[in-house]
Amino acid sequence: MIHFVLLLSRQGKVRLTKWYSPYSQKERTKVIHELSGLILARAPKLCNFVEWRGYKVVYRRYASLYFCMCIDADDNELEILEIIHHFVEILDRYFGSVCELDLIFNFHKAYYVLDEILIAGELQESSKKTVARLITAQLVETALMFNL
Amino acid sequence: MNPFSSGTRLRDMIKAIRACKTAAEERAVVRKECAAIRSSISENDQDYSHRNIAKLMFIHMLGYPTHFGQMECLKLIASAGFPEKRIGYLGLMLLLDERQEVLMLVTNSLKQDLGHTNQYIVGLALCALGNICSAEMARDLAPEVERLLLTRDPNIKKKAALCSIRIIRKVPDLAENFSSPATSLLKEKHHGVLIAGVQLCTDLCKVSEDASNHLRKNCTEGLVRILKDICNSPYAPEYDIAGITDPFLHIRVLRLLRMLGHGDADTSEYINDILAQVASKTESNKNAGNAILYECVETIMGIEATSGLRVLAINILGRFLSNRDNNIRYVALNMLMKAISVDSQAVQRHRTTILECVKDSDASIRKRALELVFLLVNDTNAKPLTKELIDYLEVSDQDFKGDLTSKICSIIEKFSQEKKWYIDQMVKVLSLAGNYVKDNVWHALIVAISNAPDLQGYSVRSLYKAFQLSSEQVSLVQVTIWCIGEYGEMLVNNVGVLQVEEPMTVTESDAVDVLESCLTHHSTDITTQSMCLIALLKLSSRFPPSSGRVKEIITTHIGSVVLELQQRAIEFNSIIQRHQNIKSSLVERMPVLDESTFISKRAGSSQANISTEKSNQQLPSGASLKLSNGVAKPAASPLVDLLDLSLDDTPVPTSTSNDFLHDLLDVGLTNSSSSASGTDILMDLLSIGTPVQSNTTPENGSSIKAKPNTATVQVVDLLDGLASNGSHPGAQSPVHPSITAYQSSTLKITFSFTKQPDKPQVTQIHATFMNLSSEAYTDFIFQAAVPKFIQLHLDPANSNHLPASGNGRITQTFTITNTQHGQKPLAMRIRIAYKVSNQERLEQGQINNFPPGL
Repeated sequence: MIHFVLLLSRQGKVRLTKWYSPYSQKERTKVIHELSGLILARAPKLCNFVEWRGYKVVYRRYASLYFCMCIDADDNELEILEIIHHFVEILDRYFGSVCELDLIFNFHKAYYVLDEILIAGELQESSKKTVARLITAQLVETALMFNL
Repeated sequence: MNPFSSGTRLRDMIKAIRACKTAAEERAVVRKECAAIRSSISENDQDYSHRNIAKLMFIHMLGYPTHFGQMECLKLIASAGFPEKRIGYLGLMLLLDERQEVLMLVTNSLKQDLGHTNQYIVGLALCALGNICSAEMARDLAPEVERLLLTRDPNIKKKAALCSIRIIRKVPDLAENFSSPATSLLKEKHHGVLIAGVQLCTDLCKVSEDASNHLRKNCTEGLVRILKDICNSPYAPEYDIAGITDPFLHIRVLRLLRMLGHGDADTSEYINDILAQVASKTESNKNAGNAILYECVETIMGIEATSGLRVLAINILGRFLSNRDNNIRYVALNMLMKAISVDSQAVQRHRTTILECVKDSDASIRKRALELVFLLVNDTNAKPLTKELIDYLEVSDQDFKGDLTSKICSIIEKFSQEKKWYIDQMVKVLSLAGNYVKDNVWHALIVAISNAPDLQGYSVRSLYKAFQLSSEQVSLVQVTIWCIGEYGEMLVNNVGVLQVEEPMTVTESDAVDVLESCLTHHSTDITTQSMCLIALLKLSSRFPPSSGRVKEIITTHIGSVVLELQQRAIEFNSIIQRHQNIKSSLVERMPVLDESTFISKRAGSSQANISTEKSNQQLPSGASLKLSNGVAKPAASPLVDLLDLSLDDTPVPTSTSNDFLHDLLDVGLTNSSSSASGTDILMDLLSIGTPVQSNTTPENGSSIKAKPNTATVQVVDLLDGLASNGSHPGAQSPVHPSITAYQSSTLKITFSFTKQPDKPQVTQIHATFMNLSSEAYTDFIFQAAVPKFIQLHLDPANSNHLPASGNGRITQTFTITNTQHGQKPLAMRIRIAYKVSNQERLEQGQINNFPPGL
């Protein structure tokens, strides 16, 4: 299973975190700190998998953001790369050519999208169209939204 | 309206925070916002609660504490509208984790939301439950989730399936309830539901044997059909990724088939065809295709596949290995490790490529490749492989050197067939990376050298040559010093020259030069310096003309501030000056260490280490108690004090094998002599004390360091009256009555005592624990605390599982030394911890009824 999802900027700032395994607040900060050091230091040509504490962390860089997912040692890393790409493509479709600023100012919407793709650390939906449809429908439900 | 209400919108707050130039500014802004949010919460401000939580989440992501917002999330979840619930659940999932008790309060809201009419609200609840529920919540809400598995809406169905996965992970007992709904999920058409359903079935198989059998019987056909359909399906735009229809579903079905086919020949046969089809048909130019092929190969390796299929799999791996993409190569190396057990010949064919990967620039690939190479080594290819690895050792990175060195040393040790090759390789490794070589490795080298008399001359000469080139490698220096000391005359007189050697002349003063330079070099550590001193002593006997010079060198260290060096210098000096007659017999050639006992001792003590370390880990931290099952100060035993063997204050649970070898190599200093098996050394000493032979000229009689592996002689002399007591401590008949130390309704402990007549202060206590309740105890740990004037040494218990109703007993022995024997009686406080049906229990007590005279 996926234990957590982490989005980091090039400077090490956290843009999104989602935890599917129990980590206390203190442990979370520690993990983020460790992984930032590990991943941000890697050269560009190296492979996208890092072994860490007995788990594997799969990461991919999109522009200025690193998308990281931590999985068990016996999971399929190439599939996780596909899941990351799936997530990014859906974000792209939803925000219309997404950039980091979109994710900063609309982080709650990014979380809503993530919740339609992963639950309990497992993939929920493989069709981008379905995910987009569900998100839009829920947007309509909240159409009577006040200004945030 | 309250002037402090959070007037800023979320967007504005984020802008303000991003505009801060320093951390202090940011903290100030955050503090202000938090204050506003807090007051808004305390005023129960309904309008802004949504905004507050959104802000809190952002602040949380920056790393600031946000506990005060947790109750607000709960309030939002309990409100009626969809937007509030949505942000409330999101806040819940972000700000809380499953270990917090506050989470339990949500259970009721979740229950109501799971039965809501609005399907999106049901979806929210399932999502939250699936992401952070705890075991109790899982148990409470499992029936609701089961019900939802049977709805018609695919969105709810798939979320319920994934939520069930979390439930059975937290509470595996509930797995049976989900078996049949899971199988019906596999008949759906909707891909989302299928993916979730297949995943649920996979987790069921992991957790429950019955579910696994059930699925195997009923679902294999269906799964193969699903796979066939998506494999052969025409272009489907909704699910297409890189030309393949729904690779995610492909991969999950393959994984489930692996679980079902594992160990079952029929199922494996049934899925042979489809696996062959997927393996050959999938294109591998894009990552999606490679991901499917990877999973397919894993499945082929995991089931009872035909050999044709296996060959197909290994060919795919071979292709992966030569792919330029780093990811693919990493994945291939990983898989090849598993493939070795299946077909090692095929993997051997790729050996050269794998060796290339060891030198790759990517750290992850290097690591994998090295492990794979290690698994590939066999007798035939050991030599060329070792050569390659050693060549690479020269140029490898610092952080990789440690790993590489230890692997090379293991290979050399395991596969060396001739001693000469072994010695050669070890000398090379020591010259290149001596600082990374572990102690027991070069100890083994010394044992080997001492066992190969015809190669001793060769060894000492090679070491001498190597030393000239790489004297900064500590282990190399230490081995060289030892060998020069032992075999100095072979070095100088060119004894036992082999054909392949070049002629070399080394004079006596050259040899002494080497030792002197080591001794005086600024970076030499104390261990090495001590070894130098004793080697010099040996040389002064072997090279009489240089004796004067040696004496001078030793004399300079008489005033050393390091106790060890001073002591040695003074003693050796006195030997040279006054005891000329026994000097030569003192430093005679070292007796040959028996390799087989050395190896078995090492294996035995490393096992002992594992058990003491394991039992050490069972203990809670923070010891005001003298801890059980572990290693208390063996200084408690007067025997060890006498022999001056272990001087540690803190127990060192590792490297017991170094004990006697350290003594042999005269390296028995404070740090290195381990106290973990103080009893081991004793047993060694005492067990060879049985054939008593009196001998008036012991070897090294003046040295306090005993050599347990050598003649029984000096041991008897040193032990002097104690050896006559025989080799077993505590073999006497009990002279004190047994007592019931502790009795409660659930536990009874009895102590029986033995003493040795010549050691009135020392008592051995044999404790027997009996379970008086009707349930068995596990993880049984006994701890004891004693007053300051008593020393306690606990041996490990014979087990930590205590069957119920006195059906079995646990026994444990410990040794007590009462330093105020005769003046104060024994007293002890005890604490017993154990588990009964997964709940922990603790019992404590004080024992005052020790018999007098202990």
